[in-house]
Amino acid sequence: MSTTTTDERREAGNGEKFADWADGRLGIYTLAKTNMRKIFPDHWSFMLGEICMYSFIIIILTGVYLTLFFHPSMNEVVYDGSYVPLQGVQMSEAFNSTMHISFDVRGGLLIRQIHHWAALIFLAGMFVHMMRVFFTGAFRKPREVNWLFGFLLFFCGMFTGFTGYSLPDDLLSGTGVRFMEGAILGVPVVGTYLSFFIYGGEFPGGDFVARFYSVHILLLPGIMLGLMITHLILVFYHKHTQFAGPGRTNKNVVGAPLLPVYTAKAGGFFFLVFGVIAIIAAIASINPIWEIGPYRPDQVSTGAQPDWYMGFAEGLIRVMPGWEINLWGHTLVLGVFIPLVIFPLVLFAIAAYPFIEAWITKDTREHHIADRPRNAPVRTGIGVAWVTAYMVMLVGGGNDLWATNFHLSLNAITWFVRIAFFVGPVVAFIITKRICLGLQRRDAEKVLHGRETGIIKRLPHGEFVEVHEPLDAGQLYKLTAHEQTRPAELPAAVDENGVKRKVSAMEKLRVKLHKGYFGEQSQIAKPTAEEFEEITSGHGHH
Amino acid sequence: MKKLSARRRHPLAALVVLLLALAATGGLYAAFAPADKAKADETAQSLAIDEGKKLYSVGCASCHGTGGQGTSDGPSLVGVGSAAVDFQVGTGRMPAQQPGAQVPKKKVIYSQAEIDQLAAYVASLGAGPIKPTEKQYSPEGADIAKGGELFRTNCAQCHNFSGKGGALTHGKYAPSLEGVEPKHIYEAMQTGPQNMPSFPDTTMPQKQKQDIIAYLDAVNSEKTASPGGLSLGGLGPVSEGLFAWIFGLGALIAVAIWIAAHSAKAKKS
Amino acid sequence: MSSQDNSENLPSEQDPEHGSVERARDPFADPGLPPHKPRVQDIDEAAARRSERVVAGLFMLSMVATVAFIASFVIFPIDKIVYIFPFGHVSALNFSLGLTLGVALFAIGAGAVHWARTLMSDEEMSDERHEIAAPPEVREKVMQDWADGVRESGFGRRKLIRNTMYGALAMVPLAGVVLLRDLGTLPEDKLRKTMWAKGKALINMNTNEPLRPEDVAVGSLTFAKPEGLEEDQHDFQTQIAKAALMIVRLQPENIKDKRELEWSHQGIVAFSKICTHVGCPISLYEQQTHHVLCPCHQSTFDLSDGARVIFGPAGHALPQLRIGVNSEGYLEALGDFEEPVGPAFWERG
Repeated sequence: MSTTTTDERREAGNGEKFADWADGRLGIYTLAKTNMRKIFPDHWSFMLGEICMYSFIIIILTGVYLTLFFHPSMNEVVYDGSYVPLQGVQMSEAFNSTMHISFDVRGGLLIRQIHHWAALIFLAGMFVHMMRVFFTGAFRKPREVNWLFGFLLFFCGMFTGFTGYSLPDDLLSGTGVRFMEGAILGVPVVGTYLSFFIYGGEFPGGDFVARFYSVHILLLPGIMLGLMITHLILVFYHKHTQFAGPGRTNKNVVGAPLLPVYTAKAGGFFFLVFGVIAIIAAIASINPIWEIGPYRPDQVSTGAQPDWYMGFAEGLIRVMPGWEINLWGHTLVLGVFIPLVIFPLVLFAIAAYPFIEAWITKDTREHHIADRPRNAPVRTGIGVAWVTAYMVMLVGGGNDLWATNFHLSLNAITWFVRIAFFVGPVVAFIITKRICLGLQRRDAEKVLHGRETGIIKRLPHGEFVEVHEPLDAGQLYKLTAHEQTRPAELPAAVDENGVKRKVSAMEKLRVKLHKGYFGEQSQIAKPTAEEFEEITSGHGHH
Repeated sequence: MKKLSARRRHPLAALVVLLLALAATGGLYAAFAPADKAKADETAQSLAIDEGKKLYSVGCASCHGTGGQGTSDGPSLVGVGSAAVDFQVGTGRMPAQQPGAQVPKKKVIYSQAEIDQLAAYVASLGAGPIKPTEKQYSPEGADIAKGGELFRTNCAQCHNFSGKGGALTHGKYAPSLEGVEPKHIYEAMQTGPQNMPSFPDTTMPQKQKQDIIAYLDAVNSEKTASPGGLSLGGLGPVSEGLFAWIFGLGALIAVAIWIAAHSAKAKKS
Repeated sequence: MSSQDNSENLPSEQDPEHGSVERARDPFADPGLPPHKPRVQDIDEAAARRSERVVAGLFMLSMVATVAFIASFVIFPIDKIVYIFPFGHVSALNFSLGLTLGVALFAIGAGAVHWARTLMSDEEMSDERHEIAAPPEVREKVMQDWADGVRESGFGRRKLIRNTMYGALAMVPLAGVVLLRDLGTLPEDKLRKTMWAKGKALINMNTNEPLRPEDVAVGSLTFAKPEGLEEDQHDFQTQIAKAALMIVRLQPENIKDKRELEWSHQGIVAFSKICTHVGCPISLYEQQTHHVLCPCHQSTFDLSDGARVIFGPAGHALPQLRIGVNSEGYLEALGDFEEPVGPAFWERG
C-alpha cells in the first residue's frame, strides 16, 4: 500500500527475527508458503460453517465462565437468594447455583443467555450448513470424509446441548431427563440396567447432574473440538468448492487470499457473530428457570418441550401409537422403542447419502464445482423430502403449542403429523423435482433467447414484442457449465462371444436408480452450441 | 335523687346528658339497626332473586332450562352456587355464543349488579359455592413461594409454569391466566368451570388459594419483570427455537451476505 | 485458465458402461476471469480516506462501547428493573451489559469487514488445484514400504505372536468395562415397588394432612403422597417419582370398569400420577369427560374406564391404587400398586 517508513522497517526486523526463531523450531515458513495466501471463494453460503465455528468458540468461552459459578450437585438446599417467588423453596444445589448466576452474579445472566442462545444458533447453523453442502453436492469426492465429520459434529452437538440443558435441574429439563429415563427403559433386554447405570440407581437419584456435567463440559466438547479441528484442516487441504463461472473451473479456486482479505473478513465475522449473539442475549430471555421452578418428579408444566434440535425426536415420540407387546413375561415397548430407533436412522440416512449417490453414479472423479441444486433434481428432491420429514416431526414435537396458538385440535394435529410423515416427503420430492426441471428449462430458454428485459417494443406492423437481451459470454458459460450425465444401460444380455452375461440384482438396481437420476424425466438437455448458433444467427432475437 | 336534682344545674350537666343521650342512641341503634338491615337484606335478597329470575329467563333459560334443571344444550345449574355464576358471567363465558369444544372468555355483557342478581337466583336453586368476599381472595400477605409450589403441583400441568395456558384434548384448552382478576381465579378453583377440576376448600384451604393468587400476581401480571429481556410468550423452547432461527441465524446470514457481496464498483466515467 | 490444460489430473470422462459421461460438451467456452473493475476507493483517494474514517470510527465506537460496558457494570445494581419498549420490564444490568458488549464486538467486526471490502485489494486471485490421490510412483513406494515393514516385523509369519497380541488387546478393555459396574445398583424389583402399603394413609400434597372421603368432591382433583414421606427426606425425589398419586371422585354409576369400582371408595379413585409412556407426571384432568392428558406426549387416559389409553403413545393403563377408609375415617391404601408404575420395561411382563 503506502511506502514503508524506517520506523516500520525496524519493527518488521524484530518480527522477522522472531519468525526466523519460530521457523527454526516449528517450520512455520513451509506452512505459510502454501497457506498464507490461500484462496477462499466469496459466497455468503460458504460462511455458514464459520457461523457454527464461531458460535462454538463463544459457547466454550462462556461455558468456562459458567463453570466458575455452577455447582453440579443434586444435594437439596433451601433457596435464600434474591428472587422472591422461590425463597424458602427446596431445590438442588445445581438449580440454586444457576439461580445465583442469574440473580446474584453481575453479568451472570448475560453470560448464561449468550451461552444458551449461542447453542441454539450453533445447532441451527450446523443444520443449514449441512443442507448447503447437501444441496450443492459439495459432499462428493474428495469431501465425503469431511461430510461425516461435519455430521458427527451435528450429532454430538445435539447431545451436548441436551446434557447442558439438563444441568440446571429445573422442572422443564428434569421432565426431559425423565423422558430419557422412560426411553431407555423401553430398550429391550438391557433397558432397565442401562437406566440404573446412567442414573446411579433409581430415577432421579442424586448422580445425574454430576454425570451429565462431565459429559457436557469435558467428554463431548473434547470430541467436538477434535472433530472441528480435523474438519477445518480438511477444508484447508481440499480447498473450498466454488460455483461455476467464468474462469472458475474444477481445477482452480478463485477468490480472495487468506492474507489480508480473508483474515479481515473471517476474523471480523467472529466479532460480528459474537456481537449479534450478545445483543440477542441482551434483548431476549432464554430458559428463565426462575419461572419454571426446581425439578420434582411429581410436578410438571404443560408445553414441556426440548430445545429445537431435539424437537424432531420429540415429534417422533409424540405421534407414535402406543404399541406394546407382552410375551413370555417380557414387554416389548414398541411405542417408545420404534421412535428411539427411527430417530438415529433418519439422521444416519442423510449422513449415508453421499455414499449411496457415489455407488449409483460410480463417479470416481474429484468434484470441486458446487452444483446448482436445480441441476441435480433428484438429489435436491431427496434433500427436500428429508427436510420435510424432519420439519413435519418438528411440528409434531410442538403439537400442543400449535393447537393452542392456532385454535386447532391436538388430536387432529397428531393425526396430520402421522400421515404427513409418510406422505409429505413423497409430495415434496415430486414438487421439488418439477420445480428443478422448470428452472432448468428457464435456464435453457435464457441461454437461447436472452434475458427478458421487461421492455415492450411495438413493431412497425403493430405487433408488440418484449425485448430480450442476449447474455454475455460469462453468463452463457455459467448457465451451461454443469455436466449432464447419460443414464446407465445394462450391458447386453449376451456378450460378443455369445456367452450369457451375469448381472447381479444389485447392479440391476443400480442401473435403475441411475436412470432415475439421469433419465429423460430427470434432466432437461442443456442447449447445444448448434442450437444457439441457429437461433442467434437466424431471424434475430426476440 | 335529691343529690342528682341538686346538681342538675351544674354547668357540666348538659354535657353529661348529651353524652348519655348519644350513648343511648348509639346503643339503641347498634341494637336495632342490624335487625333492620337484615330485614332489608332479606327483602333485597328476594328482590334480587326475582330480578335475577327475570334476567335468567331471558338470557339463560333457553339452554339451562326454565328452572335451571338443564337441557341437552346446557348443564343443570342446581347446586353450582353463586361463585360459579359470578365466574361464568363475570368473565363473559356465559351466555355462550355458539357450541364448540370450549366456551371462550369474551366481553362481559351484564353489569356486576345484574350478575349478582343472576347469582342470587341460581344460588336459590340449590346450595353451592358462595361468591367469595374480597378478604377471601385478596393476595395481601400471602406466601408467594408456597403459592408457587402449589401452582406447580396443582395448576401448571394445564396452565403452564407461569399461567400462560396450554392445550387439552380435541381443541379444548386451559386458558392463559394473565390479567384474570383474583376473584375469578378464586372462583375457578372453587367451582371448576367447564372441564377444569375444582379445588375445594377441603383439599385446598382458602389460605392456599390466596398463595396461588399471590404467586400468579408475582409471575404473570403486567408488572412482572422478565430480567433477561423479551419473554417470547413464556412458552419455552419452541418460541426460543423460532427466535434463534429467525432473528439469530437470520441476522447472521444477513451479515454473511454483506461480507460476501461484491463491493460497489466505480461507475464507468 | 481454461478447462482443457491439466485434464490428466482430473479426468472428466469415464467408462461409458458406468454411465458417467457427459451428454454433450459444454456449448460455450469458458471466457476466463473477467477483467478487474476498480472500486471508487481504488481510484479516488478521497473516497478511500472516507472509508478509512468509517473503519476507524467503528473501532472507536467499539472502544466507547467497552467503556460503557464497564460503566454499566459499576453503575447498575443487579436487581434494578427498568421498562424498555418493546422488551418489557427487564434487568437494567443485563440489558446494558449485553447491548454494550454486543456493540463493542460488532463494531470491531464491522470495521474489519468494511476495511477488507473497501480498502484491501479486491482483485480475484486463482489457485490451482492438484489431484489428491498420489501419483503411481508414490503409491508404489508406499506399498513397498508397507510390505517391507510387515515382512520385517514377522507379523504374518509368527502367528503365535499375532494371535496372542490380538487376544491381549481384546481382553484389556474388559478392565475398563468392569470398572463401570458400580455406576449404579441393579434394578432387582425396585421398579415394581413403591412406598404404598396396606394401611398407609393418603396424605394431601397441599396440606400435608390425611384425607377424608368427604373432603374429595365430585369433579375435584387432589394429589396425594404416602403417609411417612416428607419433603426433606433424602430419598423424597426418588420415592415421589414412583408414589405420586392422583385422586378424583366420580359418581359411582359413571365408573364403567368393574375392577375400578371395586378398588374405589364411594366413587373416589386413586391412580398413579406417573404416565405409563415415559414417566411424566400426568394430571391434565378434564372433569367433564373424565379424561386425563399427559402434557409431555399427549397420551390420554379415561379415568372412568380403568384409566385405559384412548389416545397417544402410552402402551397401557395407569395403575390404580386400591383404597379404603381406616378406623379414624381417613382414606388409606389397601396395598401397593399391583403392577409397576411408570414407563414399561423389558422385565415388566
